[in-house]
Amino acid sequence: MPDGSAMTADAVPDVLAKACSEVRSAKPDDAVAGVVPRFVAHPADVAEAAATMGAAASLGLTAVPRGAGTRLAWGVPPASCDLVVDTLRLNRVLEHAAGDLVVRVQAGVGLDQLAGVLAEAGQRLALDPPPSRGPATDGARADTIGGVLATGAAGPLRLRYGTPRDLAIGITVVRADGTVASSGGKVVKNVAGYDLGKLFAGSYGTLGLIAEAAFRLHPLPGAASFVTRDAASIDTAHAAIAAAAGSPLAPSAAELDRPGRQAPISVGVLLEGDPEGVAERSRRMAELLGGGASVSAVRPAWWGRGAATDGTLIRIAFWAAELAGVLRGVDAAASAAGLDPAVSGSAAAGVIYVAVDERAAPAAVAQFVLAVRAAVGNPASAHPSRGSAVVLHAPAQVRAAVDMWGPVPALGLMRAVKNQFDPGHRMAPGRFAGGI
Amino acid sequence: MTAQASHTAIGPGSAIGALVPRMTQICGPDGVLTDPAQLATYECDGLTAHRCSPGLVVLPTTAEQVAAIVSTCAGAKIPFVARGSGTGLSGGALPRAEGVLIVTSRMRSIIMIDQHSRRAIVEPGVTNLSVSKAAEPFGLFYAPDPSSQVVCSVGGNVAENSGGAHCLKHGFTVHHVTGLEIVTPEGELTWLGDGTGAAPGYDLVGAFTGSEGTLGIVTKIVVKLTRIPEAVTTLLAAFRTMGAGGAAVSAIIGSGIVPGAIEMMDALAIEAAEAAVACRYPEGAGAVLIVELDGPADDVGRETAIVRAICEREGAYEIRAAHDAAERAAIWTGRKSAFAAVGRISPAYIVQDGVVPRTALPEVLDRIAELSAASGVRVANVFHAGDGNLHPLVLFDDGQPGAEAAAEEVSGAILDLCISHGGSITGEHGVGVDKARYMPKMFGPGDLDTMQLLRCAFDPAGLCNPGKIFPTPRLCGEVPGVRREPHPLVASGELEQF
Repeated sequence: MPDGSAMTADAVPDVLAKACSEVRSAKPDDAVAGVVPRFVAHPADVAEAAATMGAAASLGLTAVPRGAGTRLAWGVPPASCDLVVDTLRLNRVLEHAAGDLVVRVQAGVGLDQLAGVLAEAGQRLALDPPPSRGPATDGARADTIGGVLATGAAGPLRLRYGTPRDLAIGITVVRADGTVASSGGKVVKNVAGYDLGKLFAGSYGTLGLIAEAAFRLHPLPGAASFVTRDAASIDTAHAAIAAAAGSPLAPSAAELDRPGRQAPISVGVLLEGDPEGVAERSRRMAELLGGGASVSAVRPAWWGRGAATDGTLIRIAFWAAELAGVLRGVDAAASAAGLDPAVSGSAAAGVIYVAVDERAAPAAVAQFVLAVRAAVGNPASAHPSRGSAVVLHAPAQVRAAVDMWGPVPALGLMRAVKNQFDPGHRMAPGRFAGGI
Repeated sequence: MTAQASHTAIGPGSAIGALVPRMTQICGPDGVLTDPAQLATYECDGLTAHRCSPGLVVLPTTAEQVAAIVSTCAGAKIPFVARGSGTGLSGGALPRAEGVLIVTSRMRSIIMIDQHSRRAIVEPGVTNLSVSKAAEPFGLFYAPDPSSQVVCSVGGNVAENSGGAHCLKHGFTVHHVTGLEIVTPEGELTWLGDGTGAAPGYDLVGAFTGSEGTLGIVTKIVVKLTRIPEAVTTLLAAFRTMGAGGAAVSAIIGSGIVPGAIEMMDALAIEAAEAAVACRYPEGAGAVLIVELDGPADDVGRETAIVRAICEREGAYEIRAAHDAAERAAIWTGRKSAFAAVGRISPAYIVQDGVVPRTALPEVLDRIAELSAASGVRVANVFHAGDGNLHPLVLFDDGQPGAEAAAEEVSGAILDLCISHGGSITGEHGVGVDKARYMPKMFGPGDLDTMQLLRCAFDPAGLCNPGKIFPTPRLCGEVPGVRREPHPLVASGELEQF
């Protein structure tokens, strides 16, 4: 087989050209985390996507699914990538059953495109993933449904609505061998058969291609209000977040943000719903948060940015009660490594992002990641680990120096799942946890 | 279909008899049942139409015991089935005559409650309601609330991905479980997830939940706890016709309100409930609607007024509101007793569980009425109207020859209606043995084959609750792995490459 990293354009094999109406030789900017593929296929529909995957199987090509590419740099670079299967032509909203609060879409539909369709009926898909990298921009809304599902990306609304796996009610995938398979359906309440949507959500393209999905929707709230305050210390911030999360005021999100170790911590709570109710709850929430909390309908600039960075982005998950300990652990690790990371995220839901500057020395970042992992939990213990720290993306030298995924519970079972779905290890090989 | 298995004597010569000494070593003498009369008490779960006495029953008290039991079964190639409280309604815990039934009812400790993380760790035999009771002093509760919550176990809830009346707003078991300690079908004790709900790797917690006991046996569960709402209002609205009640449901959902629950009963179901528990629903009702609103007090007050106005506009002739626990219980009495109450108006009945898109409810109810009229088989309707989950109760006289078959036919035709309207053959009771034959109507061969890849990953030998969910088991072949260029840390030996 020709070397996949060669810069000379490969001629598209007949089998592939017959399978898909739009296949081309890859260009350097088609690279997946630095790995340049040989071909890029743009299937027009699910049948073409299946034929493309079947052709890739017959040719023994390794393949990486791609949506808008906003999170293509997440995860470990694939060990090999012959073919990128691009879903952007799978861009149809198949069915919006407004009366049922359900939508069915193809994988390449953008969040922005979908939000526009749903807003006409006063509805939304309650997912607000943070921008994938770089300064917070509206570019994040170019994210495709397939990409958001595949990376399990979720933003502040996760506190109330969960992550993509919680809102997906049906999925259609194309397996590595080209078989098309669906599970779930288009009704919210449904326990018939295994839920492939759970398995594919957050699987980084390692099990197959997500082609279509159905989601549960929610009414667009009539009003939104942000109650914010600054906290001078970790303990004050923790207390404010705990008060918000433990309150009966039904917050949609409770976030914190700190641009550097010496900066105060911004704490913000989002309340949504009927305008009168939101006004009343905002008043009560401001009292609960204390510290001269202010109420505004305007989203704070830092809201939901997930510590966007072109450097190293780490996602820490923890039990919410450990928030102060986790923040202190991050600070101690940063201090020891000589770093000054930004911290931001869904503190009440137990997920925060840590961003390290791209100029930081790879060895220092590696040391930092190990120290953070030691601070948040030990998955090897018999008791449930209390957390994890995953490096979502990082500059090449940092990637080479760290184990991006870290320890993972039940890795043996995950490998067994991978072996069943992709026995040839052709789907995004090496991208995922434990070398999967 | 009724399968009455004959009791085979357990002797040291039989394959299962040979396991008794080892099982006794693991569970102690009082943790192993071999007496046919005792075994017979485990012959079915909540769906009594399917019966089979297990070859052996074991009652472990620890996760390590479960692991040892499963290892023993796996080593001897003996199938095993897990059972919680036995309240399932699809025969998911139907034992195997040549197999071991592993009953988790003695594993019932609530290991910890973490108030500020809003998590609890419980053993599988803990009853659903007792989690909420234990969490109540902290202002928290466990949201999934199947009707059987007084007795059903959290382990069983995980297996079935149980819902309940309030899952319209609060979600199902899978939305409230963040970590599972399981014994794999090969006997290994392992954790899936880490309790955060954001563990790295595949979401095996999500994939395992609702797998009906076919991927392993759960031995500890990390559940999410939810803040007890500040206010709860329960409204009961009586309508002359089902059509009017249905229109009210659509208008409520269309108004942008997400109630905790919207339940509906038809005249026959109301009649049965009156006969059984004298729930004193308004006289002459063709349909009653129960709407429960929960949340911040101010919002609940406003939403209650809106719902009330909608019901009046759609023709409700009587509306009652409950503001405290006693009044709420009075409203729910009729609904919660509905299944059992039907026994008062019919010698026998089938509880069906199907789902249609909520907007298809009026048409599907009309079709069910036509089916009933054409066949002469009476059908009482109780359903979770908010999410289109129907529970038609198909009535028959088991003393009449052919009556059961006629009822089964109507019951099956209702599932066909659900499928043809884009719905599901089960919203919360599961597939089990009861509906495995309907799976090919809802899913294609590629779908079923792909789902079973997961089964093969967990249970290549096919010993863990075999014969459930899938009508045709898939053979699990050995699959080769292909190694490719290594990561630098792999090359240096610091990281394992798969």
